[in-house]
Amino acid sequence: MKDISIYIHIPFCVKKCLYCDFNSFSDKSGYFTEYKNSLIQEINSFEKANDFTVRTIFIGGGTPSVLPSLFIDEILNAVGRKFYIDKNAEISIEANPGTVDYDKFSDYKKSGVNRVSIGMQAIQDRLLRILGRAHNKDGFLKSVESVRKAGFENINFDIMFALPNQSFYDLEETIKTAVSLSPTHLSLYSLIIEERTPFFDMYEKGEFLPVSDEDDRKMYYLAKDILKENGFLQYEISNFAQKGFKCRHNIVYWERKEYIGFGLGACSFFGGKRFHNNYSIDEYIKGERFGGFEDFTEKDALAEFMFLGLRMNKGISRKEFFDYFNTPINNVFGDVIKRNIKKGLLFEKDGRICLTEKGFDLANIVFEEFL
Amino acid sequence: MPLKRQSKIRNFSIIAHIDHGKSTLADRLIQKSGLLTEREMQEQVLDNMELERERGITIKAQAVRLIYKADDGDEYTLNLIDTPGHVDFNYEVSRSLAACDGAVLVVDAAQGVEAQTLANVYLALDNDLEVIPVINKIDLPSANPDRVKQEIEDIIGLPADDAPLISAKTDINIKGVFDKIISDIPAPSGDETAPLKALIFDSFYDAYKGVIVFMRVFDGTVKKGTKVKFMATGKEFEVVEVGVFGPGRFIPAEELSAGDVGYLTASIKNVSDTRIGDTITESSRPTDEALPGYKKVNPMVYCGIFPADGSRYQDLRDALEKLQLNDASLQFEAETSVALGFGFRCGFLGLLHLEIIQERLEREYNLDLVTTAPSVIYRLYLTNGDKLEISNPSDMPDTTVIEKMEEPIVKAEIILPSEYIGTVMELCQQRRGEYIGMEYIEETRAVVTYNLPLNEIIYDFFDVLKSRTRGYASFDYELTGYKESKLVKLDMMVNREVVDALSFIVHESSAAERGRKIAEKLKKEIPRHLFEIPIQAAIGNKIIARETVSAMRKDVLAKCYGGDITRKRKLLEKQKEGKKRMRQIGSVEVPQSAFMSVLKLDEE
Repeated sequence: MKDISIYIHIPFCVKKCLYCDFNSFSDKSGYFTEYKNSLIQEINSFEKANDFTVRTIFIGGGTPSVLPSLFIDEILNAVGRKFYIDKNAEISIEANPGTVDYDKFSDYKKSGVNRVSIGMQAIQDRLLRILGRAHNKDGFLKSVESVRKAGFENINFDIMFALPNQSFYDLEETIKTAVSLSPTHLSLYSLIIEERTPFFDMYEKGEFLPVSDEDDRKMYYLAKDILKENGFLQYEISNFAQKGFKCRHNIVYWERKEYIGFGLGACSFFGGKRFHNNYSIDEYIKGERFGGFEDFTEKDALAEFMFLGLRMNKGISRKEFFDYFNTPINNVFGDVIKRNIKKGLLFEKDGRICLTEKGFDLANIVFEEFL
Repeated sequence: MPLKRQSKIRNFSIIAHIDHGKSTLADRLIQKSGLLTEREMQEQVLDNMELERERGITIKAQAVRLIYKADDGDEYTLNLIDTPGHVDFNYEVSRSLAACDGAVLVVDAAQGVEAQTLANVYLALDNDLEVIPVINKIDLPSANPDRVKQEIEDIIGLPADDAPLISAKTDINIKGVFDKIISDIPAPSGDETAPLKALIFDSFYDAYKGVIVFMRVFDGTVKKGTKVKFMATGKEFEVVEVGVFGPGRFIPAEELSAGDVGYLTASIKNVSDTRIGDTITESSRPTDEALPGYKKVNPMVYCGIFPADGSRYQDLRDALEKLQLNDASLQFEAETSVALGFGFRCGFLGLLHLEIIQERLEREYNLDLVTTAPSVIYRLYLTNGDKLEISNPSDMPDTTVIEKMEEPIVKAEIILPSEYIGTVMELCQQRRGEYIGMEYIEETRAVVTYNLPLNEIIYDFFDVLKSRTRGYASFDYELTGYKESKLVKLDMMVNREVVDALSFIVHESSAAERGRKIAEKLKKEIPRHLFEIPIQAAIGNKIIARETVSAMRKDVLAKCYGGDITRKRKLLEKQKEGKKRMRQIGSVEVPQSAFMSVLKLDEE
């Protein structure tokens, strides 16, 4: 039996945030039932499920918590009927304030969910408005109260920084508030202005000044310092956890291990191939679920292994590389590694190759050399 | 006295300022002469290169034969010889005009006489042509034919009282133009039995026939089998075919005699054997004297052209060779730059010629190019008595061995509305112009004449002139000679290394300003690196400007999860690809755009 992870995509939101370029819709509540049915059909029709033990499940979106909790139960039941789920499996769901209450969280708990990720982003109503978020500070605090009351211990908050008009003080307040609520995990993302988002247009029109790279890094270090003081260990470029609470699901991606994606546009890396589902919700519901293969060469695979693995603080071990590709890392990347150690962007310790602190800020410069 | 045959021939060209309607009138004449059906007509038959059409100008001279039945019932052969419409091609224009006996001068009924109108008329008069003015665009609401007639008489000194008032575009009074051509332009004369004497006014390379030579026969007769000699180059060939210019195609003929305009082919491989202005004669019975006016045209403006992708060097060479087949005035030789790799040093007749070649290389040959700042030819007198001509800043010797330097000077005529005189004179002063004079053409328009160093007008002079006069000024220049000048070589240094492709020669007085502007531009164009990059402008060892590109602080993608691994990989690939296209200067990656950006310095 091989280990596998499962990702389940719920492409619905109450409202689309202004910076969001994800695969999600805010005006499709009429599709909930049909979508859930098609998703369960997709799970049911999966072949070779018996060969695998499911170690992690991640229900992401969109905002999965917009669905009735019964639907989440049906979906997880479908997975449970099809696959053998390890009794210690990590089962996460994403939730946004305003779409959840005590009852919903209790239902999730009963369905087997044991980790909740809440979209906090910032604590100031002013900034939440700029981001186009559907919640305010109050809504966030209430959702944390409910999730605790329902008995969840493993909780993540998503936080963003380098926001337009965000001060250092704003960020400090956000991080300190987050820490005071004792989550086990924090994701800390520098805002990316993606094309084809309202934010992108607003920047193009000059409605906001982009935060300078200098200030972006100052904010990053400010947040990292507070988190460190409070016992959060950084384990990836944007992820921090209390001891023992790293997100196991996401580590699967960064270790380039296999996973199955169910749902609209969901991506799978399975059987040595990467492919994604259809992006059209109408076709997906009709049962035309396959989207297409994402081809990669052996060279691409090597590069991916490096740029995914190096995202983590623990980096890449020479042994893992050898086990994965059956060739010593030096035969492929010896020069690149040496060069980047010289530049102060990589370091090696105990047979592991890792980004330095400067390397974390300039990760792409290192990554592109592995391509 | 013209012979009977000759009395039914008229050889003429149309001269005009850009946009005054030369091509439109040519189209109309072709259409009215009935050789083409309307369906066959391209919008502008004479300008058949795509590029020319877009720019609205004619690059290479071409010719067409029109058959016109006049009111007297006789059929006339009208040879229309088209001329390039820009100062860069002045010599070609003069040779095309020399092949004619008269010229139709088209003047816009609203715009009136402009700088190029004047320049072209003077060329026509120099060649003893009968110039017949025609006032075009009389359908425009702003047309003022009476004022324009007055201008033609006052400025040019041509009687314009009975000038046909026409609109080529809306087909008004085209017959008036035909009648005027037949009545006023003299028929050709010349002795059909004398030794051959024919003028080359254009030529182009055809893959099947070799070079096709466009000519006007002044004396004698030429036919298939005639052994001809090109007097300037001394090359001899046996004629394979002669013929005349049908619209859009060649029509072979038995023979061409004195007074005729047509072409010959003779299995000529190299267009440079058939120089414009040269005289064709018979090998066995040469004429005593070549036709006057021949000169070898020399480039006035030079720049380096490099393939953006170094592996396409050979493609660039092939493309230049092909272009040169039809353009003997284009010169090039291999050049190596530390910054840009292998490329070519190319010589052009002027800035427009340079731009046209550059665009054709990019468009027709699909090449991405990096060009260096245009340069003129400087004359250097060295302390050891040697004399040196350089067009490439890299060739400039150490200042200690230079006794003095000279630069080319042009006489520039600018015609402009009088309200802009102040700002244009200021511009000319800034460009080290020497005021020659000013005349009012009429109350609201004047012609301003300056001597200007050529190196001051090859960058952006025309662009600035246009913007300062809202496009109302017209400009023309001719080379007058060389003048001693305090010139220096300005070097740009990136991370303390001189970038040879960015060096240029400039007058001492504007070096600091130029250096500062270029440093500012480079700062914007060069991406941040892991380290701080100083950008400096230097004359010799003296730094005259400095900017700094600060070190890169952040280049990291915040998110990478299961759904976007392929996309992130492609993003990284794209970023890496972008760097590959950059030029490596020491340890600094400089984008191609940086080299181009310094060519257009904003006016501030």
